[in-house]
Amino acid sequence: MDIQGRKLIKIATAGSVDDGKSTLIGRLLYDTHSLTTDKIEAIEKNSKQRGYDYLDFSLATDGLVAEREQGITIDVAHIYFNTSKTNFIVADTPGHVEYTRNMVTGASTSQVAIILIDARKGVIEQTYRHFFISNLLRMSHVVVAVNKMDLVDYSEEVFSKIKADFDELVVKSDFGEDQITFIPVSALKGENVTRESEHMPWYVGNTLLDHLEVLEPNDLQESSVARFPVQYVVRPKTEAYHDFRGFSGKLYGNSLKVGDKVALLPSGNESTIKGIHFFDQELEEAAPGSSITITLEDEVDCSRGDMIVKVGEEPKSDKSLTATLCQVNSKALKVGQKYILQHGVNRVLAKVDRIEEKIHADFSGTEQTEQLKLNDIGRVQFRLSKPIHVDSYKSNKSNGSFILIDEGSFDTISVGFID
Amino acid sequence: MMNAEFRISKKAEIVNQKLYILMSNLFIPNPKEAESIHILREVAAQFERPVLLFSGGKDSITLVRLAQKAFFPAKIPFPLLHVDTGHNFPETIEFRDKLVEELGLELIVRNVQDAIDQGKVREERGRYASRNSLQTTTLLDAIEEFKFDACIGGARRDEEKARAKERVFSVRDDFGQWDEKNQRPELFDMLNGKIHLGQNVRVFPISNWTELDVWEYIRTENIEIPSIYFAHKRDVFFRDGLIWTANEHVFREEHEEVVEKWVRFRTVGDMTCTAAVLSEALSLDDVVAEIRESTISERGARIDDKRSEAAMETRKKVGYF
Repeated sequence: MDIQGRKLIKIATAGSVDDGKSTLIGRLLYDTHSLTTDKIEAIEKNSKQRGYDYLDFSLATDGLVAEREQGITIDVAHIYFNTSKTNFIVADTPGHVEYTRNMVTGASTSQVAIILIDARKGVIEQTYRHFFISNLLRMSHVVVAVNKMDLVDYSEEVFSKIKADFDELVVKSDFGEDQITFIPVSALKGENVTRESEHMPWYVGNTLLDHLEVLEPNDLQESSVARFPVQYVVRPKTEAYHDFRGFSGKLYGNSLKVGDKVALLPSGNESTIKGIHFFDQELEEAAPGSSITITLEDEVDCSRGDMIVKVGEEPKSDKSLTATLCQVNSKALKVGQKYILQHGVNRVLAKVDRIEEKIHADFSGTEQTEQLKLNDIGRVQFRLSKPIHVDSYKSNKSNGSFILIDEGSFDTISVGFID
Repeated sequence: MMNAEFRISKKAEIVNQKLYILMSNLFIPNPKEAESIHILREVAAQFERPVLLFSGGKDSITLVRLAQKAFFPAKIPFPLLHVDTGHNFPETIEFRDKLVEELGLELIVRNVQDAIDQGKVREERGRYASRNSLQTTTLLDAIEEFKFDACIGGARRDEEKARAKERVFSVRDDFGQWDEKNQRPELFDMLNGKIHLGQNVRVFPISNWTELDVWEYIRTENIEIPSIYFAHKRDVFFRDGLIWTANEHVFREEHEEVVEKWVRFRTVGDMTCTAAVLSEALSLDDVVAEIRESTISERGARIDDKRSEAAMETRKKVGYF
């Protein structure tokens, strides 16, 4: 919740070129009065210059000069709007060649995925991929927006066919039926986006915005066990706080409270939480997502990269690791190569032992390979220079994911999801 | 019908949750604030010589509060850098000095005037003359002088289209350039600040905040801000539908008549590129109410962005904030 008590919902959007994704987002912004007069004027001016007889809302989101020239979106853009009840952050991810990298990036910070389908084209290969990534990243909820209904005479039959085709994919995924919602829309005409459509009386569900507002972020958060990776050690060394030694970090998975018996990893030392500090407040208990500072009863050794967990809830600790990897850089991942592995705020060296298989991101199976190229997804075994303390991605997203950093360029080249 | 019932049961759930929170003293974070604090701690941990770029505007003032929260009870572990164009509002400079004094912060000031005197940059002339883009040279010089490896800025993605694609950790080369096509993807909460010698990173901890978020935060936290954010009487003149400050730093043609109006500023930058808005907002409550109803975006009052549709992107590529 934000300071005004509004909930925060984070959404990733995915669609192919010309599915009207930017138009849909522009429409959401326009209808929620999130576009300001000067932005609407700029859109009107631009639309006119290009000779359109409608307002091209996609111009509201396509940010870079190169994109405006080519009329496509080439990078993840973040868009913000709110209603009286909800704050929304939209990660708008482009739908062409680099879709995998961009969608994985956008989805990693989102709870809900909106997958766009052009009603005229139906479920296509790209749809498979978007849904595959939603499944890989374990999105809490997927909305399938069937767009351009105005171009198929608002046909219920077309919508039902697409739904049936999509349901075949759902069966192959880890999603339950209640996690997927289908909505027929026309982004251009603003039907079933924020206003109900007169032309689709056969559709009895919510409009897209109403549906997104009903979602509760608490329901979208996976509850798990508490993980507190130590980011920074606070030692004021001032008169008032002479002996203060606090461990700062962001709490994940579950809450921690004063008096909890905790273990410090990797040392395995145990202690008790003495205080939980948030600025000048002393807290009794902090919920996951809090950026706090913890003090302990005992003088124990603890530094950046260590992890504080409750006794009895220790994660597994291992020098070898198997994970599903997505390659997000044009430099390929190869067997035998060494990389810097960043797990939360902790870094170790990792060597690729074996690429078990490359996974086709369209549910069509796997193949053998010696390297993973940009946008490839594969299962990879690593050996590490030091053990790290991990959960499976399934049970704890933050403690079950990592990135690989290239030792030469220092670029982030892959993201991993731990088994 | 089903939906209505679903909503009612949801409502009951929320009420229950709130009761539980009240009874258990469970602290529920503001997710945007928690994220910003996380980012600031990553900066302190991952970099040798970070600096906070301080303009005296509401966004950098918000950053100072977030940094206080991130490192409390210790002091903020990095200095502030102010690139002074010499055309700042005097109220901003007064405020800056007071804040630094009160919080015991280290302040570094570097002046655009010096770069002009040294002949490194040439002052713009004429109708739209501004020192805003000249700041880039002074900033890059300061980065080199102090060997700063991370510059924390208050830019937000909702400000402008090109900013919407900016990363939280944005890597710049030796020339301060932004390569928009070769940005590091940022996944989950993980921030990769590994850089080569000579490179530096621009860090934007409040990337995900909107203008309204910032104002509501300032109000809730009761943060002091420069007086020019509130309505006051000022000599101004009208040009291109914008309200300009009338004084010796701002070029004005003879026929452009000076009038006194009740105005306030929504952003606080160089006088030559910051337009005022008509306003009667005297308190933070008034300002928040005004922003909520406002139909002109914040940068709509930034003259520097009006130059062309790609103005911001072009400036960013050569090392602007």
